[in-house]
Amino acid sequence: MRDLPYGLIRVLDDGGDAVGPWNPNLSAEVLVAGLRAMLLTRAFDDRMFRLHRQGKTSFYMKSTGEEAIGAAQSMALDANDMSFPTYRMLSWLMAREYPLEDLVNQIFSNANDPLKGRQLPILYSARDYGFYSLSGNVGSRFGAAVGWAMASAFKHDTKIAIAHIGDGTTAEGDFHEALTFASVYRAPVILCVVNNQWAISTYSGFAGGESTTFAAKALAYGLPGLRIDGNDFLAVWAATEWAAERARTNNGATLIELFTYRAAAHSTSDDPGKYRPVDEAAHWPLGDPVERLRGHITRLGIWDDTKHEALIAGLDSTVRLAVKAGEAIGTLGKSKPSVKEMFEDVFATPDWRLIEQRRELGI
Amino acid sequence: MTQMNMIQALNSALDVLLTDDPDTLTFGQDVGYFGGVFRVTEGLQKKHGVTRCFDTPISEGGIVAAAIGMAAYGLRPIVEIQFADYILPAYDQLVSEAARLRYRSGGQFWAPMTVRAPYGGGIFGGQTHSQSPEAIFAHITGLKTVIPSNPYDAKGLLIAAVEDDDPVIFLEPKRIYNGPFDGRQNQSLRTWANEATAEVPEGRFTVPLGKAAVVREGREATVLAYGTMVHVAAAGINDSGVNAELIDLRSIVPLDIDTIIASVRKTGRCVILHEASRFGGFGGELSALVQERCFHHLRAPIERVAGWDTPYPHAFEWDYFPGPTRLADALRRAMEA
Ligand SMILES: Cc1ncc(C[n+]2csc(CCOP(=O)(O)OP(=O)(O)O)c2C)c(N)n1
Ligand SMILES: [Mg+2]
Repeated sequence: MRDLPYGLIRVLDDGGDAVGPWNPNLSAEVLVAGLRAMLLTRAFDDRMFRLHRQGKTSFYMKSTGEEAIGAAQSMALDANDMSFPTYRMLSWLMAREYPLEDLVNQIFSNANDPLKGRQLPILYSARDYGFYSLSGNVGSRFGAAVGWAMASAFKHDTKIAIAHIGDGTTAEGDFHEALTFASVYRAPVILCVVNNQWAISTYSGFAGGESTTFAAKALAYGLPGLRIDGNDFLAVWAATEWAAERARTNNGATLIELFTYRAAAHSTSDDPGKYRPVDEAAHWPLGDPVERLRGHITRLGIWDDTKHEALIAGLDSTVRLAVKAGEAIGTLGKSKPSVKEMFEDVFATPDWRLIEQRRELGI
Repeated sequence: MTQMNMIQALNSALDVLLTDDPDTLTFGQDVGYFGGVFRVTEGLQKKHGVTRCFDTPISEGGIVAAAIGMAAYGLRPIVEIQFADYILPAYDQLVSEAARLRYRSGGQFWAPMTVRAPYGGGIFGGQTHSQSPEAIFAHITGLKTVIPSNPYDAKGLLIAAVEDDDPVIFLEPKRIYNGPFDGRQNQSLRTWANEATAEVPEGRFTVPLGKAAVVREGREATVLAYGTMVHVAAAGINDSGVNAELIDLRSIVPLDIDTIIASVRKTGRCVILHEASRFGGFGGELSALVQERCFHHLRAPIERVAGWDTPYPHAFEWDYFPGPTRLADALRRAMEA
């Protein structure tokens, strides 16, 4: 157990075979569904990134290279479990078939935006899909995941919580506070560090990642720490299942480090060429999660290039249709929810200030 | 004199400080190698070395705590918080430590440090890249809070802030980093080129903390503003047709109370403009001060024009942003009262 945080748990070997004790032995159907969620995430990211370039929205962030994480975890956990995601967890929603049009409308902040025009693009919230409300400030939901899990235990419920934090953000107090609470109260929670090697322009060493592993931080809190190849759909699945079983059987929390690589820019606001070699992603030794899963199911004989190209083409047109529908309602600034929405939900019931101010605006 | 935008002026101030005083250093998230997400520290690591300008972990509490320790030792740290919205994890350090160190130690320790943070909206940054938190610092005695409105002041005030022996929060209006903005979002972008306040000396100079600027003189009303809102106020005054005096506070602590009083006693009317939410905003303090000290000179109720009491909403940026029209309306109401 004490060695796990220093190793790297993998299931898919370099040849695309599933090997070793962590093999979750997933069905062909699940494997293809996982690949589909990852490819859909990538197609959607690419399309929205381009729409940002065309001025149709204010901001976007891709999760390219990290798609296996959200997809595998979303599928491995129960519909009623709650995730406390980062902004790079779109594949969680894709695996649960969240409506693409709602994503597009949120990104355009248009009249049909499910978040009513209030939130920056991609800072989704999707309660019915086990996706807790995102916020721009990093890290600050990590402790709430522990609280959610404690509440579930308090209610003798079987739901568990899962939370994500970036490698860079482990430097915030939120990370350490959450681990302490998770350990002290033996909360049924899975705490995940998505180590994509970068935090905007600084590499993981600035968060202490050169002195030890992020998984190893678990040991000082008396928790198990697993270090997982985050580009290996099967390994992510297996580790998540392991930690979920531990949580559901009241054995407490687990810290999982998902070792991956942020293949794209941090966001639409930066140029990675200014701080890292532009071809670094191509040299990432653990490969591309999409290609690795594809290689695996090809070896299993359930997949081939024709099927793959057909899937991509189908997903591209699905994304295009959703974007078209969103554009028909309106891109950023061309359409927005009623300005009334600005004053709603500040409180459950608006007080006199909000009522007066709304009147002052004439709505 | 050189033409500088606000980013260049701030960069120049930091360069001067790092060059002149070996005890200054600057650090923050993405500040070193990359040069900061708004490029304010661009080139400084290369020129002054990694011990003078460096990247930090993503830990605002850690950044400010480290700055306090360094400052107490005798250095003059200048730290960057990437967005003012993200200063809150450091709030305890600022309030409970930096602001009180001198007082509680009987003058044995103090923290001469500067915390820079881009603030304010108008860039479609949504709820957590748009806020104006000046009031929560103004409320904390022992902290100074400075907000420039143009490149010249940005450089002069930053150098003055670093020279100051107390902790200073230095809020940079990011909407006007690259050019003045009067709140009319549909007009084409302006740059600082050809603006008088963009003529900035290359060397060292200061703009003293606690000294407001009378941006334009007027007889009928006084408008109090700072940061981006100075430009919005100028446009609103033009629209209103009111002969108003515009005061750029430049620092809200220390506050140039004399300039405010002299102006309101002359004009008899006062309109306060800020982008932060209205309730409990700094405008409340200004309004109380003017009422207490100018009551017998006032010919109209003091008006406050501010952001609404909601979070900063993405799609409703321009419904939230207190633009020139709302200021002009307030000025006209004051004239009719
Ligand atoms: C509290 C807070 N501080 C700073 C920022 C600015 N910021 C946004 S993302 C980011 C980097 C986060 O890096 P990491 O945690 O590794 O996540 P990644 O982007 O790699 O997924 C920073 C510094 C923020 N959003 N919130
Ligand atoms: Mg990262």
